[in-house]
Amino acid sequence: MNIRFKLLLAAIASVGLLSACGERPPVQSVQLGYRGTGMEVNYNPRLMKIVAERNQIGGIQPAADTSGPLAKDIYQNVQVLNDLSVGEFTRVMLSMTEWVTPTEQKNCTYCHNAENYSDGSKYQYQVARSMLKMTREINSQWTSHVKQTGVTCHTCHRGGPVPAYKWFTDPGSGRENAFIGTRAGQNSVITGLGMTTIGHSSLPYDPYTPFLLGDANIRVEGTAALPNGNRSSIKQAEWTYALMVHMSESLGVNCTYCHNTRAWASWSQSRPQRTVAWYGIRMVRQLNNSYLLPLTQTFPAHRKGPEGDVAKINCATCHQGVYKPYFGQSMAKDYPELRGRKAPAAEAAAAPAAPAAAPAKTATSSPAKASNVIAQATAAASGDRL
Amino acid sequence: MAMLNFERKYRVRGGTLVGGDLFDFWIGAFYVGFFGITSAFFAFLGTALLVYGAALGPTWNIWQISIAPPDLSYGLGLAPLKAGGIWQLVTICAVGAFVSWALREVEICRKLGIGFHVPVAFGSAILAYVTLQVIRPVLLGGWGHAFPYGIFSHLDWVSNIAYQYLHFHYNPAHMVAVTFFFTTVLALALHGSLVLSALNPPEGEVVKGAEHENTFFRDNIGYSIGTLGIHRFGLLLAVNAGVWSAICIVVSGPFWTRSWTDWWAWWLNLPIWN
Repeated sequence: MNIRFKLLLAAIASVGLLSACGERPPVQSVQLGYRGTGMEVNYNPRLMKIVAERNQIGGIQPAADTSGPLAKDIYQNVQVLNDLSVGEFTRVMLSMTEWVTPTEQKNCTYCHNAENYSDGSKYQYQVARSMLKMTREINSQWTSHVKQTGVTCHTCHRGGPVPAYKWFTDPGSGRENAFIGTRAGQNSVITGLGMTTIGHSSLPYDPYTPFLLGDANIRVEGTAALPNGNRSSIKQAEWTYALMVHMSESLGVNCTYCHNTRAWASWSQSRPQRTVAWYGIRMVRQLNNSYLLPLTQTFPAHRKGPEGDVAKINCATCHQGVYKPYFGQSMAKDYPELRGRKAPAAEAAAAPAAPAAAPAKTATSSPAKASNVIAQATAAASGDRL
Repeated sequence: MAMLNFERKYRVRGGTLVGGDLFDFWIGAFYVGFFGITSAFFAFLGTALLVYGAALGPTWNIWQISIAPPDLSYGLGLAPLKAGGIWQLVTICAVGAFVSWALREVEICRKLGIGFHVPVAFGSAILAYVTLQVIRPVLLGGWGHAFPYGIFSHLDWVSNIAYQYLHFHYNPAHMVAVTFFFTTVLALALHGSLVLSALNPPEGEVVKGAEHENTFFRDNIGYSIGTLGIHRFGLLLAVNAGVWSAICIVVSGPFWTRSWTDWWAWWLNLPIWN
């Protein structure tokens, strides 16, 4: 073989190798930290086009007349939206039909009994009532995470009855008693749910149950360079890693979007976005426990997971591959009806609202406890040159 | 004195690429040549610029000094000295010094009439550096993608770049590169220990040669690659370590923007079981 032929072979091989990656320049980069720190996100504009098409906001009904009589005085069995006028109430119902009902049944009877609209016997009716409470709680109690952007039904549902991104507790791969030992919830190509694993990695594939339902400790890193009593294991670190990969992929970002990886735990070296994510974890955990779990008996079996558990939310449920749902466009700004209960005047009937307020209180207490630390960290982080 | 005589015998004129006879001389043991001059020039200038950059910076702590590349907003343009311009000049000096050194090696090879194996091997290390600091930043469209010059800061950069792809150990070219690095070390350890075992016996024992060495590995693993072969093998391993390092970083970003873990979906999508 002469040298030219060898060079030609090498050129063909390298072109083949690079094309095997499946992407090409140009890519768009966003600098996230001080120059030279390597904190940046690289976006492939060809892929982002697909993501952008998938993340369009839903239809917005024309604003409603807020002055008319209250819906609860006109209709029967109005328990959650009892602070809205008939016009506002109807607007929410129309919007929900568009946002949530299945394409083959885009009408009121997906949830309502056509004979009697106040009849709550359909499970969809029960679930919708709970979800409306949840939406209002997110928009009013969890501004630490959703800010003024807020959420609507469409944020998760995107025009269908079951959100595309949800999770069930994984029953395991079914080989836990295998001769060569247990897989311990990881090292499997396909999970027990027949789903792909966290980022196709060998990491534990159900980090949701411990972290987004339970409150297992996420922070496993030592706080000093030398061993000083930190008993966290590599296995525990992998569970945390799995949760973090889930968060990254849900938001279409990488680890450096929140962290400077030289010191994961250090708030002063992290980006302010990390505090938003911190509240997000608490929000998802609380919503799963306060709104999804209580619906276990309501949902029919075919909507549940193999363990008989209800579908639950994680970061992807709202974010769907984008750092802010719909790239930060707010649908909720056009839906004051979903932003929480209206002026106290409408709160006359406080009694039915009381049960909804209880979980809200417990929810805010835990972030509040740490809020001093977080506030300091946020102040320090925003002082950095980001 | 004997060694000096031996060396003088091979101090032959000619073989220069640039400059003819002008720089064709030695200073002490060192051959100079045109590229010796440029090597020294770039090395001194680059070092001086690093010291200047350190003087502008907040610390003289040797671990924490960092000369960072420009912000991404400068793209592939020139940046002011204090906003990454020093980094740009240092990079020019570094590439100039490394390439000069390789070409000086070429001139020495030409003088001696030997092959260019040494400069080619050094070239793989230069390739890795140029890929990191020039080729990849150009492909991504900004000098800010390159690593900073600092002991800790370049390590922090490595960490963050790796986590840009969530789990860099899933990068297939990184796997290959790491394997070549480890195998290079293994081969060198086996080769060095084998040579010493035969050629450096305790006092009073006979020096053994290639037959003993070959027989050891034939007895041990059924095959001996041989005295020339081990050096070919070692060169192959070491050069590949550098080349695959370059590949593993150039694909990260320009040719793959997502998590490296997800790259392996092609395996799950093979038509055999999909």
